[in-house]
Amino acid sequence: MPATYEPIATQTLASAAASITFSSIPATYTDLRLVFTGTQSVVTDIFYWFNNDQTNLYSQTTLNGDGTTASSGTNLNRANIDVNALKGEGSLTIPKMITIDVFSYIGSTYKTALFNFIGDENGGIYTAVVLGVSLYRSTSAITSINIGPASGNLAIGTTATLYGIKAA
Amino acid sequence: MANTYTLIQAQTLTTSAASVTFSSIPATYTDLVLRVSARTDYAGPNDLMIMTFNGTGGTSYSTTTLIGNGSTVVSNRTTSAANIRNGWVDGATATTSTFNNAEIYIPSYTVSQNKPVSNFSVAENNSASAADAYINANAGLATITAAITSIAFASINASNFVSTSSFYLYGIKNS
Repeated sequence: MPATYEPIATQTLASAAASITFSSIPATYTDLRLVFTGTQSVVTDIFYWFNNDQTNLYSQTTLNGDGTTASSGTNLNRANIDVNALKGEGSLTIPKMITIDVFSYIGSTYKTALFNFIGDENGGIYTAVVLGVSLYRSTSAITSINIGPASGNLAIGTTATLYGIKAA
Repeated sequence: MANTYTLIQAQTLTTSAASVTFSSIPATYTDLVLRVSARTDYAGPNDLMIMTFNGTGGTSYSTTTLIGNGSTVVSNRTTSAANIRNGWVDGATATTSTFNNAEIYIPSYTVSQNKPVSNFSVAENNSASAADAYINANAGLATITAAITSIAFASINASNFVSTSSFYLYGIKNS
């Protein structure tokens, strides 16, 4: 059986950084998956965006749970995707997990992604689980992905890996 | 380039069992993925599957849930608990031959930090009762900084996983 789930690149921060960038993504896969585990320096939201494009071409719809209330929300014409628009990320020491599945990233249609934010903090106001869908209204192939906080830095030890998935 | 999604161990039950454990998990991967198809003998339509790491209980776990049952959607949480809640499993009165499906993702399982855990599971059984089918998205946290070397599944009601329930553990390498 051919290898269909391959690491393209991984980054583990040895020093704090405003974001992690995967650039020059090869066009040899069908779909992409990004797996992020990390913390940040200030309480804020974490965003991702494609192709260094932070114009208002993004929208998102989410299912959110904070341990007491379930909700759904939509944000239109954004400059990026906010993986936890409901709460933001709270604890600066408890790592959060984010997965982003980007479908048909080299296609000529708009780019849809599914994302998942895992932010349990053993209680507290920032605890959240989020399932989301994002749309990037661009017909260009995705060649780079950025992920980082709205302000401050990603902390040392934060890790992100980009995988490529082949349909054949 | 190497394929990075590797089966570490498979367990398919040939007799009922109160728990299923993966032990001596090698530290040679970056992330772990568990894929489960299970049913229990709990005397009801649904049971709740729980998970612990390294034989640790106490107050080391918390879970935030997002649950839909075909009628309503709710979110709840546990804090400082003895296990992570993995979502619902079909019980003894659920439609015959239906098993839940669950995927559990544990990133950076060897890193010396608390461990976030993603869980997505479904228990659908073609029942008209809204309390019989569930879809779960859970965020778990284990305040365990040691590398995860074993994972155990059980029922919160101390019931048994029935024969043919299956549990697969995969390792993912990032290089």
